[in-house]
Amino acid sequence: MSSIHLKNVVKRFGEVEVIPPLDLEINDGEFVVFVGPSGCGKSTLLRVISGLEDATEGTIHIDDQEATSMPPGERGLAMVFQSYALYPHMSVRKNISFPLKMAGMDQNEINSRVNEAAKVLNLSDYIDRKPGQLSGGQRQRVAIGRCIVREPTAFLFDEPLSNLDAALRVNMRLEISELHKNLKTTMIYVTHDQVEAMTMADKIVVLRDGYIEQVGSPLDLYNKPDNKFVAGFIGSPKMNFFSGDVAAQYNADSIGIRPEHMDSSTESGKWSGVVKVAEHLGSDTFLHVVLDDLGAALVRVPGDMPVTTGDRVYATPRTNELHRFDAQGKTIKN
Amino acid sequence: MATTHTQRTAKLMVSPSIILLLAWMIIPLGMTIYFSLLRYNLLSPGTESFTGLDNYKYFLTDPAFFAALSNTLVLVLGVLLITVIGGILLALLLDQPMFGQGIVRILVIAPFFVMPTVSALVWKNMFMNPVNGLFAWLAKLFGAQPFDFLAHAPLFSIILIVAWSWLPFATLILLTSLQSLDKDQMEAADMDGAGMLAKFFYITLPHMSRAITVVILIQTIFLLSIFAEILVTTNGGPGTESTNIAFLVYSLSLLQFDVGGGSAGGIVAVILANIVAIFLVRMVGKNLEA
Ligand SMILES: Nc1ncnc2c1ncn2[C@@H]1O[C@H](COP(=O)(O)OP(=O)(O)OP(=O)(O)O)[C@@H](O)[C@H]1O
Ligand SMILES: [Mg+2]
Repeated sequence: MSSIHLKNVVKRFGEVEVIPPLDLEINDGEFVVFVGPSGCGKSTLLRVISGLEDATEGTIHIDDQEATSMPPGERGLAMVFQSYALYPHMSVRKNISFPLKMAGMDQNEINSRVNEAAKVLNLSDYIDRKPGQLSGGQRQRVAIGRCIVREPTAFLFDEPLSNLDAALRVNMRLEISELHKNLKTTMIYVTHDQVEAMTMADKIVVLRDGYIEQVGSPLDLYNKPDNKFVAGFIGSPKMNFFSGDVAAQYNADSIGIRPEHMDSSTESGKWSGVVKVAEHLGSDTFLHVVLDDLGAALVRVPGDMPVTTGDRVYATPRTNELHRFDAQGKTIKN
Repeated sequence: MATTHTQRTAKLMVSPSIILLLAWMIIPLGMTIYFSLLRYNLLSPGTESFTGLDNYKYFLTDPAFFAALSNTLVLVLGVLLITVIGGILLALLLDQPMFGQGIVRILVIAPFFVMPTVSALVWKNMFMNPVNGLFAWLAKLFGAQPFDFLAHAPLFSIILIVAWSWLPFATLILLTSLQSLDKDQMEAADMDGAGMLAKFFYITLPHMSRAITVVILIQTIFLLSIFAEILVTTNGGPGTESTNIAFLVYSLSLLQFDVGGGSAGGIVAVILANIVAIFLVRMVGKNLEA
């Protein structure tokens, strides 16, 4: 059992309220991703959960146990920092065994756990090196190793992959997902990369200015965003938004349609426009189109459709995948 | 632009300064070595004669030499111990956010700017004086007998005075090192369940090791030749209790007018300093490697 419950948690730095009253339930074994634009309070929320920052108000329960004023070391949580925060003067082995040593564990037990973790994370070859002699990806793995040996009740990750190059990031993403499948431990993962959020999460928490905009599974958020912000944030490339007359036709203040949810043609369709830029990815082509009355929009078309800059194309939104929003940006349910 | 031609020109251009520096060093050293081989006393001028290594023999077998040697070592080690430990503690303290941090830091650094003769005199007359000193007053306040520091614990007193003036230097260097400690590391240690002491010994101290090395190296160089503090407080006494090598050389050549013996002592001091330097670099120098 390792569930985490936040109730009315508020975090203020002096006058500035970074996190307004917030409730959140994280169930045992879930992979929860906090996602949101830069500065929205993701790291702060994670740090409040970890105990590195005190909650100004509200309560935190870990495993049904009040943990609001527990020091970080006693909460049984392990954290991977964005900067890895490895101890530079200690070898990989010492780094990984540090939390166990602090817990006063028996040396034999420490050794066997460290060796086990090193094997799982492919670190055995570097076990006697210092962090300075490792690559970014290897450091990342050491940081994760330092967490798993403790067998924590939950893992906390703060943008752990942001210092890695694109290919390695995809790899590590898979490794972390696999780790979660094997350990079945609760994980909280902070990122501003919505692709990471979509691919890894069981549950995504979308934050904006400290407020939770929506909580749900990746596909829930993709298919049924609660509001315009979530609709725009989740999904890549971004959803197209239109307001004005066209929205009024649908009885909405504004409407949104994803690039992949429009049928396109070179002959006829509901909306027509001129291609400004065509991005050929091979499998798909993304057309940056200026629609006649509506303005700029992005349309996804099959890779084999022969269109180039300056061509006239037609796009027809699929009605059942069209999102309608009211003046407050809330989704209008059908 | 590393052609042979430019290199030769470059060498030619720097040669005056190199020759000057070399002369600056070689001539006094050569003269000292030369004097150290003479029987040369200023009380009987004109009677200099070559005596070979006799001066060295006398100097090295002089009981005062052994006293001075051990005093020098005790002085250096004592001051190092006080300044490094005290410096670490002060740096930890000054690193805490507090009211008037800027002023407190300047106050802490102030003793470093007081020249050695002045600070030694202040200590001698205002603190350690058995009649008028602050310590004597404190002792009397508690009904104890005032302690005559400079007469009964001369070496310890000098260590105290010198440590006082070097403490700011150590504090300053250690403080900058402390401030460069990555905050994430401390937080990671928090998460790992390390307590205050564990964090200090496993994270902070190893992080500061390089700065500590620098403090030890630089201070040792200066502490080997402490002179002013001894001159104005104890004059090396009582007996030779607070005489270090530098003071012994001074007293030989300028109090006893034995230029030959003083020069021999000077050369011995140079050799000793180099031995210490080699040991130091061996022991702590590897800390400086990246
Ligand atoms: N110690 C602090 N004192 C005052 N304000 C702070 C402090 N730490 C964070 N903030 C503010 O809180 C807000 C949220 O910061 P936080 O680091 O949680 O953002 P984030 O969502 O993690 O952003 P990013 O994706 O860029 O990491 C920011 O506006 C930041 O300026
Ligand atoms: Mg952040």
